[in-house]
Amino acid sequence: MEKPILEVDNLRIRYGGASVEAVRGVSFTLGRERLGIVGESGSGKSTVGRALLRLLPGATITADTLRFGELELLTLSEKAMLKVRGRRMSMILQDPKFSLNPIRRVGDQVGETYLRHFRCSKAEARDKALAMLEAVKIRDPERVYDQYPHEISGGMGQRVMIAMMLLADPDLVIADEPTSALDVTVRLQVLNILDSLVRDRGIGLIMISHDLNLVRNFCDRVLIMYAGRVVETLAARDLDRAQHPYTRGLLAAQPRIGGARAPLAVLDRQPEWLEEKA
Amino acid sequence: MSVSVETRDVSITFGTGPAAVRVLPSVSFSVSPGECFALVGESGSGKSTVLRCISMLTDIWAGDILIDGKPVREMPLIERCRTLQMVFQDPYGSLHPRQSVRTVLSEPLVIHRLGDREERMRKAITDVGLPVSFLDRFPHQLSGGQRQRVAIARALILEPSLLLLDEPTSALDVSVQAEILNLLQRLREERGFTYIMVTHDLAVVDHMCDRFAVMLGGEITEVLPREAIPANGATHPYARELIGASLEYESAH
Repeated sequence: MEKPILEVDNLRIRYGGASVEAVRGVSFTLGRERLGIVGESGSGKSTVGRALLRLLPGATITADTLRFGELELLTLSEKAMLKVRGRRMSMILQDPKFSLNPIRRVGDQVGETYLRHFRCSKAEARDKALAMLEAVKIRDPERVYDQYPHEISGGMGQRVMIAMMLLADPDLVIADEPTSALDVTVRLQVLNILDSLVRDRGIGLIMISHDLNLVRNFCDRVLIMYAGRVVETLAARDLDRAQHPYTRGLLAAQPRIGGARAPLAVLDRQPEWLEEKA
Repeated sequence: MSVSVETRDVSITFGTGPAAVRVLPSVSFSVSPGECFALVGESGSGKSTVLRCISMLTDIWAGDILIDGKPVREMPLIERCRTLQMVFQDPYGSLHPRQSVRTVLSEPLVIHRLGDREERMRKAITDVGLPVSFLDRFPHQLSGGQRQRVAIARALILEPSLLLLDEPTSALDVSVQAEILNLLQRLREERGFTYIMVTHDLAVVDHMCDRFAVMLGGEITEVLPREAIPANGATHPYARELIGASLEYESAH
């Protein structure tokens, strides 16, 4: 088997001042594949994503292994992390309205990634940014380059963010609810663009989402998290054959087009779901 | 005590003369008593604005909105609030952070000079499936689903006949959404409410509603029965696209 991009073993995260750990012993490895992490709000899925980029000031992160390529993420200095973030590992955030800088032209924000991580002129960075905007299927990249975030639509903003995060050709992209803020008609376009870029470039993808349909369609493997723990790992195509009662409960709670109009199944949360596996 | 709703040529115009901008060109639809009617469409298509017009939270519209044949504009405030109530999208934003559930629920009773306050509050909170002890909690002591239940209890306490639901579950997890949808379904069966619901999720429409209107740029492109969803029976290109995308998203492969 080819060497994994990311190895996580027994990851534990405790926020400053919290009495319990937000993430309790999460382990997984990631190759050149698309991994989904699903769970309800508060299950710790975003916390895992942020911990990988060490974006949790004030939190205590421990792990038996947290290896990214040849790097031990937990022992890296902050200065070394700056060379990892955006260059080798990047993160696509939920809402372009809040995560793009409102007072800078979108093209300059995209090009900044290149300018920061490679020795190049401003003109080169501009060319790279324009090419990347084209790659995310923005029709008139020259015009969009000079626009401000409030002048573009949500779907376009999210494509701009994808362009920004893939520009430095990272090994791993973490997408944290990349399309929850978008309309359903736009959502598929954006996901298809992200999907084809990630596959063509052989980038590892971690897709964090609460949406079972999304991970079913756009991931190879899925981790299901509950209360800071992975309760089940499945191939995405086997999601309907999930064994854990929590996963089955989530699937059953979802209304479906063409489904019976009987009352939806409600999760009957069991205390043993909280216990750590032996 | 179900009511019908009819909107005729409802429009909103900003400015006058040649510079006037019509943000809501013309919306007409009718909802029969006890029906659950949905408004769907992309963000910015005017779905929530229609609810705000019906509830008079926005009152600069022209046209007619009739509730059980009565123009909503001419209804006195007190009567209007007893007839219709609204539940908002974000239960984190729609409850006052410094007010206990008891204060939230008692305020409408005081304004409307209703007696048996304690009794009514207990009934409202039990109706939405929360224990009576929750009356003394503050919003920060409640989960998202519990807050949305309190918001629904606040809407129910004046015993209205029409509930306007503005994306009541889109801020919630599917597991919690199921609880709220079941609750809304049960209340409709028990009390014969008329619902007008804004949502972007066609699976929710198919589960809850009888008919739905697809909106685009402030206009209703098409009104369809729920049966039109699974086989995509829409004729307007945008409605077809929306239903097609939802079907593809749900069952792609």
